[in-house]
Amino acid sequence: MSADSWPLWEVFVRAKRGLSHVHVGSLHAPDAEMALRNARDVYTRRGEGVSIWVIPADQIAASSPDEKDAYFDPAEDKVYRHPTFYHVPEGVEHL
Amino acid sequence: MYGNDFGTEAPEIAPDDPDFLAIIDADGRIEPRDAMPEAYRKTLIRQMAQHAHSEIIGMQPEGNWISRAPSLKRKAILMAKVQDEAGHGLYLYAAAETLGVDRSELVELLITGKQKYSSIFNYPTLTWADMGAIGWLVDGAAITNQVPLCRCSYGPYARAMIRICKEESFHQRQGFEILWTLSHGTEAQHAMAQDAVDRWWWPSLMMFGPPDAESTHTAQSGRWGIKRFTNDELRQRFVDMTVPQSEALGLTLPDPDLTWNAETGHWDFGEIDFTELFEVIKGNGPCNAQRMAHRRRAHDEGAWVREAAAAYEAKRAARTSEEAVA
Amino acid sequence: MSEPASATVPVVDVADYALRLGDDALVLSQRTGEWIAAAPELEEDLAIGNLALDLLGQARALLTYAGRVDGSDRSEDDLAYFRDERDFRNCHLVELPNGDFGRTMARLLVFAAYQHELYTGLTASADETLAAIAAKALKEVAYHREHAGAWVLRLGDGTDESRRRMQAGIDAIWPYVPELFESDGLTTRLAAAGVAVDPAALADPALGFVRQILAEATLSEPEPTPRPTGGRRGIHTEHLGYLLAELQHLARSHPEAEW
Repeated sequence: MSADSWPLWEVFVRAKRGLSHVHVGSLHAPDAEMALRNARDVYTRRGEGVSIWVIPADQIAASSPDEKDAYFDPAEDKVYRHPTFYHVPEGVEHL
Repeated sequence: MYGNDFGTEAPEIAPDDPDFLAIIDADGRIEPRDAMPEAYRKTLIRQMAQHAHSEIIGMQPEGNWISRAPSLKRKAILMAKVQDEAGHGLYLYAAAETLGVDRSELVELLITGKQKYSSIFNYPTLTWADMGAIGWLVDGAAITNQVPLCRCSYGPYARAMIRICKEESFHQRQGFEILWTLSHGTEAQHAMAQDAVDRWWWPSLMMFGPPDAESTHTAQSGRWGIKRFTNDELRQRFVDMTVPQSEALGLTLPDPDLTWNAETGHWDFGEIDFTELFEVIKGNGPCNAQRMAHRRRAHDEGAWVREAAAAYEAKRAARTSEEAVA
Repeated sequence: MSEPASATVPVVDVADYALRLGDDALVLSQRTGEWIAAAPELEEDLAIGNLALDLLGQARALLTYAGRVDGSDRSEDDLAYFRDERDFRNCHLVELPNGDFGRTMARLLVFAAYQHELYTGLTASADETLAAIAAKALKEVAYHREHAGAWVLRLGDGTDESRRRMQAGIDAIWPYVPELFESDGLTTRLAAAGVAVDPAALADPALGFVRQILAEATLSEPEPTPRPTGGRRGIHTEHLGYLLAELQHLARSHPEAEW
């Protein structure tokens, strides 16, 4: 990193009340305050958001694509977690 | 959107790796830390970076007319358009960075001339009507190229393109509107509009690159879902879309061979002189030196500002950790 | 949009006042726009674009009102493109060349701090149109002064070179600051009628904000350097002529044209 380089930040925006924050992209900024300001100018100038989170990219822990099978497959065969697994007799509402 | 997964680099695989091709053939998306052929990664970095560079350099020919826009409304619209271009460059650099390169490396490659940008931005904007011609023709050509990229196999690039296409729709419309107003205005305005179209038409056609027969990368890029249509296909699509628009504008296109071909259902057009394109790409266009000098100057003159901000944060972080220890 | 609240306030007074505010915003928007495609970093290109657009929006609203309220029916474009140098009513501070990024942020910090106090006061104006314009503009300039403040801080307390340049920027624009807070017959009359804000009353709060930033940025406040003012009477620096030549040239070349 040279003296004039700024770290990478990931940006998350909540588009409106009721929705969660969604990843919209990244930008470079020297610090958190400037990252928030820049995110507002870059990612919400068309009114696309009510709340912004920024986080230094190197602070994010991510699962590895290699681990995919071990990490995610076990969830696949527990089908009783999905509502479609259950039979509901005709005419029974609100279930 | 860019899913910047972190940690180790993506493992390398063969160019015809069956699992990789299966994702592409199923119209799926390759994401940042997926296994991918090194050539795929390199091709994408180069393409996204050069696309980003084009947006940034493109700010200059249009930015020229912000201070002289002939009405406050036009000034505001032009400022917003150029600002969007900065944003597009930023989204594309961000997408390129997901493949393990830093933006500063890419900027260095642009400034040293090792990476290119779209040849069209090496032409001068001589009159206000050029703002109309660029919006109508250059953005029109860009959109023709960009819409298929929204389905590019690389996830971050496709998502950046979707965002860009949404913002781009007003750009072409404002260019058309400028030309329409000029074309139907005073005689001098009409002449200004026609002159601009006469100068920007052929360079816009050249934006799609050399003819398919002379295009080296298309086959591999096509197989990998990076390039969905060929140069000639996209160029034809652009011509077919644009000719009726020129009629609506009341302006002519500077091609005596432009004729409707009822058999093919397309507009036939005259032969393009590609030597001009190759000269411009080599660096011998009207504005190459000027565009690069401007970019270099902005970058160099901004160094002290960037350094100051980094130093301020370093000082603050040091103070915070001292306080934590105390 | 409505007529000015007080029947005893001459409409030409209200128009003149709106022109002062509008010309300030127009000229500063023109200067700020010069940074587009030349900012120190891409993110800043976007930020500065927003600043220029905000100021242009304020200018358009104020000029439109000025041309309407005095019954002359001049449009925003008539006023921006077809007035000569001596008819512009902006202060000297906004017409100065940008200089480097430090000087640009120095000027923006002071001017946005001034506008913040100005628009805060104007939201209570007896003139409903000015109050509405002020309410919208206030949100924008709150952001502008924070943005400028953030930069002055980082440049003042960054590297030795940045402190030197930032101090030089402050020193360069400081002689033009007093003009912002000058009252005259027009502002006194309009303030008494509850339409305008007395500029002199804005000095303490505006400069208070600026001083706080300077202190935190390890910068010093320059000694007062009196200099002639006159922008509000159409006596400008030599810079305005060049700025207007560029801004107006194309429109004036085709006076009957629409764009």
